Amino acid sequence: MAAVRETVETVGEVEKYKYGFSTDIESEKAPLGLTEDTVRFISAKKNEPAWLLEWRLAAFRRWLTMTEPTWAKVTYPPIDFQDAYYYSAPKQQAKLDSLDQVDPKLLETYEKLGIPLTEQKMLAGVAVDAVFDSVSVVTTFKEKLAEAGVIFCPMSEAVAKHPELVKKYLGSVVPTSDNFYATLNSAVFSEGSFVYIPEGVRCPMELSTYFRINEKQTGQFERTLIIAEKGSCVSYLEGCTAPQRDENQLHAAVVELVALDDAEIKYSTVQNWFPGDEEGKGGVYNFVTKRGDCRGANSKISWTQVETGSAITWKYPSCILRGDNSRGEFYSIAISNGHQQVDSGTKMIHLGRNTTSRIISKGISAGKSSNTYRGLVSVHRKAENVRNFTQCDSLLIGSKCSAHTVPYVETKNPTAVLEHEATTSKISDDQLFYCMQRGIGEEEAVALIVNGFCRDVLQQLPMEFAVEAQKLVGISLEGSVG
Amino acid sequence: MLEIRNLHVTVDGKEILKGIDLDVAAGEVHAIMGPNGSGKSTLSYVLAGREGYEVTEGSILFNGQDLREMGVDERAAAGIFLAFQYPLEIPGVTTMTFLKTALNAQRKARGEEELDAVRFLKLVREKAKPLNVNDEMLKRALNVGYSGGEKKRAEVLQMSLLEPSLAVLDETDSGLDIDALKTVAEGVNAMRSPERSMIVITHYQRLLDYIVPDVVHVLSGGRIVKTGGKELALELEKSGYAAYGADAA
Repeated sequence: MAAVRETVETVGEVEKYKYGFSTDIESEKAPLGLTEDTVRFISAKKNEPAWLLEWRLAAFRRWLTMTEPTWAKVTYPPIDFQDAYYYSAPKQQAKLDSLDQVDPKLLETYEKLGIPLTEQKMLAGVAVDAVFDSVSVVTTFKEKLAEAGVIFCPMSEAVAKHPELVKKYLGSVVPTSDNFYATLNSAVFSEGSFVYIPEGVRCPMELSTYFRINEKQTGQFERTLIIAEKGSCVSYLEGCTAPQRDENQLHAAVVELVALDDAEIKYSTVQNWFPGDEEGKGGVYNFVTKRGDCRGANSKISWTQVETGSAITWKYPSCILRGDNSRGEFYSIAISNGHQQVDSGTKMIHLGRNTTSRIISKGISAGKSSNTYRGLVSVHRKAENVRNFTQCDSLLIGSKCSAHTVPYVETKNPTAVLEHEATTSKISDDQLFYCMQRGIGEEEAVALIVNGFCRDVLQQLPMEFAVEAQKLVGISLEGSVG
Repeated sequence: MLEIRNLHVTVDGKEILKGIDLDVAAGEVHAIMGPNGSGKSTLSYVLAGREGYEVTEGSILFNGQDLREMGVDERAAAGIFLAFQYPLEIPGVTTMTFLKTALNAQRKARGEEELDAVRFLKLVREKAKPLNVNDEMLKRALNVGYSGGEKKRAEVLQMSLLEPSLAVLDETDSGLDIDALKTVAEGVNAMRSPERSMIVITHYQRLLDYIVPDVVHVLSGGRIVKTGGKELALELEKSGYAAYGADAA
């Protein structure tokens, strides 16, 4: 009997050590700050296997030895990483009875974006009426995917149901030691998507986070993993054009893409987080690590992004072109207005033979914002016949903003052909006058000219995104002239 | 239609127009001729409401409305159209998109229903045909890589589509060979109507062989120094502007 009691006590001790504090496991939030116990708490909350906890802890220990990167052209007060919460259960938004209770300003923006009424309600957290059966939409969607053998689920569900896949690929593109924010994410990530496309399957529809709106809110430390098996093909849409507010200022997501032989992944993002108030206070810091690995021969990864929100954007979706004949693409529109700071670009790492990459970056700065393109095209010694084409265009609106271009190019193989084009222009008074003389209002004229400037990139977006993104471009620049 | 009284206009602190009086009745075509620097383009910009062109004295009434109270786009919606001497390039914006945006913006401002894609396409093709503007040209970015003739044809197409009540044509003949000039002039002439007035600004008489004016004014040193019938243009062709106190340019 004594032995049993001892065991019980030991287990109790172990449990206590495991969490290190008396917080009930049922609580919604991890305690303030970040320690090994916080990591254990998160892992326990998710019922994770031991290997994943160890993986997280290794990342955490590594993180303690790292310092924040300071090379980006952004300035912000020091972040106190101990003065933050690293886990809180996804909260249900307060349910409202009708759209009348929603902030009219938000509704105005939805209206301008042309978001359908039912969708507006979903976004604003209004109880959706019975006519629109969102459950059945989601169910049909899931059935169709299951038929094709596609796995599309929250990361935590993937850990539980497909541990062998997660274990094989998690951190294989962005290692836990990669960079300060990616390492932090590895220790504390709690949301995100998992996608697996089986061999030879063309995913029957665009995979959109939209379908997950009802299930989970956007997390602070998302972790997304997409695996495209040999000969498969998938298009993934992240984010939405509707403005998103978040009480968490710091966001550090990691996205990993793996494309095997002949596979193709297209990843599109529209990011419109709160950019801060008129003085630039309170906006989201968006420190993201996104990387795709063209692991197989003839594979292709394409990033398209429309970045209009956040106070600070620090983001370089990249491609590792490992497989022979693989191709990487980066199409970007980064708009900064007010006091926003954007430091964004891409890395194309050419390792395989005959690999090609294409970079089209359109930066638009208005207000008092700063907009930097930072990119790297790197050709390794054994990579024969590499081709890259880079085009970086900056458009300035007004005289208080700035645009910077920092393109790094390095090649260790003489057969590489690397092209770089860059332009900087301003919307001229002549152009505005011309448009307005035809009856187009000033703000609409700016939107028209900017959309023209971004056309090459907008064309890359899936149709359902492109129209909204065009309107978003206009809305983001409201009040930038005159 | 248009009543200008004692109009004085300053640009960058320098007085360019020094007391212009001009009446253009509905259906009339007036030519304004004059040497370089006489204020011809300034007059067109003032009518369109361009920033930096300050009216220091006098009045401009358009269909009884005080133009000075109206913004550039409001004047456009009210029916004032300026065909530019140097049409601007709008990269990435197809001519089709630009035309649709402009037409619908004006219709909206006037409280009319906006045209959907199908009705618009039908209308624009109908207007484009006589000007030799084909679908391929409509799909290109506005004025980007256009030849001189294409640019002017695109201007006339815009005019034809927007159906202004007062069209101001600023040096529309510049940079055109004779064939292009004929096409453009035909397009303009097709739009002459008892409800529509035109002001044709030109340095040379040549254009007026094709767009025959009702009245010709000579602008020199910021003033209208002579007004006459269409024969005045021919006179100027012979004697030049020297008689009006300006260097023949």
